[in-house]
Amino acid sequence: MQPGVRAAIPAAAFLLIGFAGPLLMVLGYSFMPPRTFSLAQAPTFANFISIVTDSYYLSFVWSVFLSLIAVALLLVISYPVAYGMAKMFGPWANVVTMIIVVPLLVSENIRLFGWVLVLLKNGIADGSMQLLFGVQLPSLLYTVPAIVLGLVYVYLPFMLFPLVIGLSMVPDTLKEAASDLGASRLQIFREIEVPLAMPGIMIGCMLTFILSLGSLAESKILGGQTVIMIADDIESAFTFAQNWPKGAMLSVILIVFSGSLVFFLFRRIDLDRIIGRR
Amino acid sequence: MQAGKKNYAKPLIILWTVCIVMFLYTPMVSVVLASFSKKRYFQFPVVNWTTRWYEKAFESLSVRDLLTTSFSVALLVTVLSVVLAFFGALAFARYDWKGRKLFQKIILLPIFFPQAVLGLALLLWFSVLGITTSWMTAVFAHMVWIVPIVTLIISIQVYSFDPSLEEAAVDMGATRLQTLREVTLPILSPGIISGSVFAFLLSWGNFPLSLFSTGADQTVPEWLYAKMVSGYTPMVPTLGSLMMGGATITLFVSYVAYTLYRGRQKRRLT
Repeated sequence: MQPGVRAAIPAAAFLLIGFAGPLLMVLGYSFMPPRTFSLAQAPTFANFISIVTDSYYLSFVWSVFLSLIAVALLLVISYPVAYGMAKMFGPWANVVTMIIVVPLLVSENIRLFGWVLVLLKNGIADGSMQLLFGVQLPSLLYTVPAIVLGLVYVYLPFMLFPLVIGLSMVPDTLKEAASDLGASRLQIFREIEVPLAMPGIMIGCMLTFILSLGSLAESKILGGQTVIMIADDIESAFTFAQNWPKGAMLSVILIVFSGSLVFFLFRRIDLDRIIGRR
Repeated sequence: MQAGKKNYAKPLIILWTVCIVMFLYTPMVSVVLASFSKKRYFQFPVVNWTTRWYEKAFESLSVRDLLTTSFSVALLVTVLSVVLAFFGALAFARYDWKGRKLFQKIILLPIFFPQAVLGLALLLWFSVLGITTSWMTAVFAHMVWIVPIVTLIISIQVYSFDPSLEEAAVDMGATRLQTLREVTLPILSPGIISGSVFAFLLSWGNFPLSLFSTGADQTVPEWLYAKMVSGYTPMVPTLGSLMMGGATITLFVSYVAYTLYRGRQKRRLT
């Protein structure tokens, strides 16, 4: 046996049991009649039809909408930082990386709870406005912008680091050459920097979009019940409603949607080049 | 002209980066602030300070249970994930074999996967297989997400590994086990160490996977969530701060230990 195959077996076997198995199970359940708990029944499309009839598509539309806003904001916010880290900060880039990685190691819901304390009535934002200007802020918590803030906050590193990798793949000499030949800064940006950094930009956008799409904690902790996102619906179908086939059907739709995005992405990039740079 | 423009771009970008870093740390500072506030319901500015909530947390037996569960899960996840990911990373980046490109993509899929949905799928899986969920199933669930991440981290180290070093050891008569222990492991140790630190801390702080896979047991992030949604107590920011403290200490200790280890290795070689 080739050594590569032998080394791949443990992890591959584990993911077969822990990842492929559960997903096939979910796929199986999505074709079972609603409110049943066994897989040994005649398959039906009843669950998929109920998306339209019971307006489950609403939570899906909300999820896509909020994720798109979050991705757009993240791209604009992270790009200058990524540019600085790839091209300007030199040895300091490593320090900045460390500083940005550390919050990732703190539980997501502790960090979201921190935002609750900021946005709360008489919380940090409201309290400091009262202290400094004597104005009372309107209620900030449990609103749609609060959910977007949570998404942007939690997924920022997942946009930033791919952008850094992408931008560091742009050779400086090329930009200098273009500038010498009379290209404007906008032209350099549009015709050289963005196209060459595209793999990083694409990974960042896809990754943050998919992660936002499947997010649960942001809408629950910061959004209250203002908006139901798709993961909320899936969770309540599996838990409170005890309707496994329905939860499975919603999961399948989410998985197929995000999965086809990942598939497209993987077809267009070479992981060896991006991770190993060889 | 080009240079002149760059000169004011740089301070702006530095300023923006500082703003982003402050944005990232705002909620954590708020949590620590709230944990020292005397009022039952948090108000800003904080008027009265107290360490009472910490004293209560240290005395409480249920807090001890929560911390023990979280710690046991994280420790087991770390050990098991690093072993699987070490070999996974060799297959990912070291060896040239036929299915490598496919393997690379499959191994990364769980990272892209929404964790809440993965947790629910695993819950379904366990119940169909007739396994009662407990902290042990949570170990399994965390690993599905963490093994790929650690594989990726170790792979980055493996890419910079020169395979001829292993061949040289074999040529000079080392057995396969000796080569692994004396050549491969020491060279890959930075990747393995950072992989373990990530595995531990990501499991320690994980919420969406634990929520559906721990059954009757409870980890700290789950408890925090339950209290945030219903029945807020000042113990929430306190325990949150303790979790962050634990993560900081882990990072700091592993960093110091690693620096010392590197120093000793360098001295041994010179």
